[in-house]
Formats: sequence, C-alpha cells, structure tokens
Amino acid sequence: MHLLRIALAALMLGGGAAVLAQTGRDVPPAASTANPSGQNPTAASVREDQLLRELNKLQGRVSIPDGKAALLEQPQGREWRQFREGWLPWIGGIAILGMLLALFGFYFTKGRIRLDQTEESGVKILRFNAFERFMHWLTAVCFIVLALTGLNYIFGKRLLMPIIGPDAFAALSQWGKYAHNYLAWPFMLGLLLMLIVWVKDNIPNRVDVAWIRKGGGFLGDAHPSAYRFNAGQKMIFWIVVIGGLLMSATGILMLFPFSATDINGMQLTQAVHAVIGVLFIAAILAHIYIGSLGMEGAYDAMGSGEVDLAWARRHHDLWVEEQRAKTASGPQVHGARPVPAE
Amino acid sequence: MARMKFLCDADRCIECNACVTACKNEHEVPWGINRRRVVTLNDGKPSERSISMACMHCTDAPCAAVCPVNCFFTTADAVVLHSKDLCIGCGYCFYACPFGAPQYPRVGNFGSRGKMDKCTYCAGGPEADLTTAEYEKYGSNRLAEGKLPLCAEMCSTKALLAGDGEIIAQIYKERVVKRGYGSGAWGWKTAYRETVAI
Repeated sequence: MHLLRIALAALMLGGGAAVLAQTGRDVPPAASTANPSGQNPTAASVREDQLLRELNKLQGRVSIPDGKAALLEQPQGREWRQFREGWLPWIGGIAILGMLLALFGFYFTKGRIRLDQTEESGVKILRFNAFERFMHWLTAVCFIVLALTGLNYIFGKRLLMPIIGPDAFAALSQWGKYAHNYLAWPFMLGLLLMLIVWVKDNIPNRVDVAWIRKGGGFLGDAHPSAYRFNAGQKMIFWIVVIGGLLMSATGILMLFPFSATDINGMQLTQAVHAVIGVLFIAAILAHIYIGSLGMEGAYDAMGSGEVDLAWARRHHDLWVEEQRAKTASGPQVHGARPVPAE
Repeated sequence: MARMKFLCDADRCIECNACVTACKNEHEVPWGINRRRVVTLNDGKPSERSISMACMHCTDAPCAAVCPVNCFFTTADAVVLHSKDLCIGCGYCFYACPFGAPQYPRVGNFGSRGKMDKCTYCAGGPEADLTTAEYEKYGSNRLAEGKLPLCAEMCSTKALLAGDGEIIAQIYKERVVKRGYGSGAWGWKTAYRETVAI
C-alpha cells in the first residue's frame, strides 16, 4: 500500500497534487461534477468538424499492417472526382476534337502539300535508317495502344459501353488495362532510344527562328531552309520527349501505387498523367496528319526510309547539302549514279 | 425502403476491434483486406477517440462516379455495391473514396490490383441473394436474411450503429442529450452531406 502511494505520488508530481500525496491522504477528485469519473469527457475530445477545419484530412493510427488504413477521412477524394468526372472529359474532348477540327479545316482549305517535280524527282536519299525506323514505330505502335486504352478510362463508359454492353466493355477494358500497363515499358524504351539518337539533330538554332518567322512554309509559298529537322519537327520531338518523360514518371508512380507518395500525391499524379495524356494525343494527331495525309512524300521517310531527293531539297535543303558534303561519291544518294552491270 | 447508414459513436468506441474481426470472419475476407478498421485519433492523448470505419455507402457515391466501367450500383436500401465481374481493378475508387474503403487483393504487380473488395453492408453483390456464387465473391448476405450488418450487431459497447439513417440518428441524438456530450457522427457530413443536428 505504501509503495502504491509512492507510485501515485510520482504520477501526480506534475499535476500539482504532490503535496496531497506526500501527506498520505487520498487524492480527492479533480473536480466535483455529477460525472462519477470526476472529469468532463468532452473537455478535450476531438471533434470531426473542428479537425476537418484545422487539417485537410484526418490521420490516425491503426493496428493492422496496411498503413493507408490509418487515414480516416480525406475529403479531397471528392475534389479528385470533380476533376475526373467534371473537368477531364471536357479538357480531353476539346483538345482532341479541336485538333481534329483544325486538321480537317487545314486539309479542306489548303489541301495536301504537294511534291514538286524537279530534275531530282525519282532520285532517293536515305533519311531514316532501319534502326531509327524501328525505334520510331516501336514508340508509335505503343503510343497508339496506350492512347486508345488511356482514352477508354475517360470516354469508354460514355461512348463505347452503351454500344457493346457492360460485360463486353468490362472485358475489353480489363485487357485494355493490361495493355496500358505492359506496353508502357516498350514505349519508355522507344522514347529513350529516340531521345539518345535524335537529340543532336533537335537542338534549336538560328535557322529555326527564320523557319518559324516564315510560318514554316505553311502560310506562304516560301520554303524556309532547314537542317535534318525543321523547327516544327523539333517542336514535336521536344513535345514527345518532355511529354513522354512526364507520362513515364507519373505512369510509373501509378504502376506502383503508394510506393512513393500518399493518397493526395496519387490523385495529383493521376490528374497530371491524364491532362498531359490528352494534350499529348492532340499533338500527335497533328504529327500523324503531316506525316501521312498532310504532305505528299513525307511518309516515305518513316516507311521505306528513303525520300525523294526533290522533297528533301525542298523541305530540308541544308540537310541535303550536309549529306552531300559528307560523302562526295554520295553513298547516301541512291539512284543518282548508274548501277554497275554485274 | 430504408436509407441504410453506419454511425460510429466515438465516445463509446473502445477500440476492441471486434467489428473488424466479426467482418473478416463473417465474410471470409482474405488476408490483407480490411473491409472495416478502427482508426484511433490523437492516440495516447486525453482527446483520444477511436472510430470504426468502413464504406459509408455515400449518397451520390464518389467511387461509383469515377469508376471507368460503371461497376457500382445502389440498392433500394441505398447500399452501395459493386460487381466484381465488371471491376477491372484500376484503383480509381480508392483515390475518390473519402474513407479509404476500397481494398485490393494485390498491391504491386504493375498496378494489376485484382478485383476490388469493400464493405457490402452485409448485403452481398449483384448475384441472386444467398447463392454460393454471391458468398464466394462478396461474403454473406445478412440483409437478405433480415439481419443488420454483423459489425454493428455485435459491437460490445453499441458504439457502432447500423440501420435506417433516421433511426440511428435518433438513437445517437438521445444519447448525446442524456450524457451531455458527443463528438459527432463521424463521416456523415462527407458521406451524406448532412450531419446529426443535436
């Protein structure tokens, strides 16, 4: 009993009751209220409304291993929902439909950019070697699948689900998710390869300023000079590199959820991934247009790899000069010299 | 039809975790998945309170809104359920849920989390009531048997209340009036856009 008193005294030292305990008398209740426990249980109790005003989310402690479960309440979920269901379909819809409209408008007013007929027509020059074409198409095929399966997360339930029904749509989306998750890796590989191989030809220089000032030949009849890549191509290169790296970084965070960030971080990551994604798709639509339908002769560069010398001369005059200067005999230029009869 | 809700009286919850255990046992929930958990705020301080939390079966549920395959549905009792046949395990419901209710069998594996699992309010899933298929995917269906969720039914201090929103709000109100204090109906403002006015 004496030991207990001492222990009690030690406990009470900080509370101002030490004197009472030392005298050996029982400690009276701190306050005489109707409550038998002697204290007002509400005096210091946490209140939800007050906590939510002071903090942006309610974090506690749990006795299970899942640390995420310790987050009791995060009202930001409703804000993320507002982004995903309120803003994102509009951002995506306007960006992509707006770009398609602009491209249709350009096609129907200005038409295809035609190939000139000069004395160099029919002569071929190698523009992209097999490896360059491989890395381009690796990235491009992955991008198209990633774009379609990504758009499915936003528009699938609005456009596709009413047509094919919930079961078929869910099965398709399941495969779409696997495709999105796994094709992300070859996409990132292609992206890195393109960055390494093409970065030296995509450093902006003074020629690009003149190219942009002349509207890239789109607006007038003048054809501004360009090296291997003109300012427009350099722009698409840097859009792909910067956009692709952002998509990769946010994508990896979502492939390994909660490994590097908390719930609000995951919400922000998804928002960045989605917004960059739809803008990226809009930009690539323009790239696809100008590389195929928009310009006669342009597709060959990524198709066979060899372009018409007249086309190269017109769009990349300084690059043609560079290639000519590199090899006087002109191994880059096929067809210009007679094929030996063997 | 009733508007089913949960209400946790934090001034009564003693963090015994019986609700968590009852839920896991009743529905044979796999290891790693917690449909219900008890969160302790201000642990060890005089203001400490514990709240048992699971899916709140929100009005205009955020999980249902963000789901890319629309796998959620609301029953006539206002219970929010989902179809594991449609779920693709994207994880969006967890980002949107204010209460961290959705659970996934796997974490990593390139985000292929598996089919989402969450509190069903002991009301099963889209399958026919009380079938084996329903039990295997969603656990037991006590509501179909005329019983309330087991977590609330076996709460030792009756801190966790389940039932029609108006009735459990009335019970809570009477308690607060009688004892003279109450830390509020946790999550109600966020889940139902209304709270219990005392």
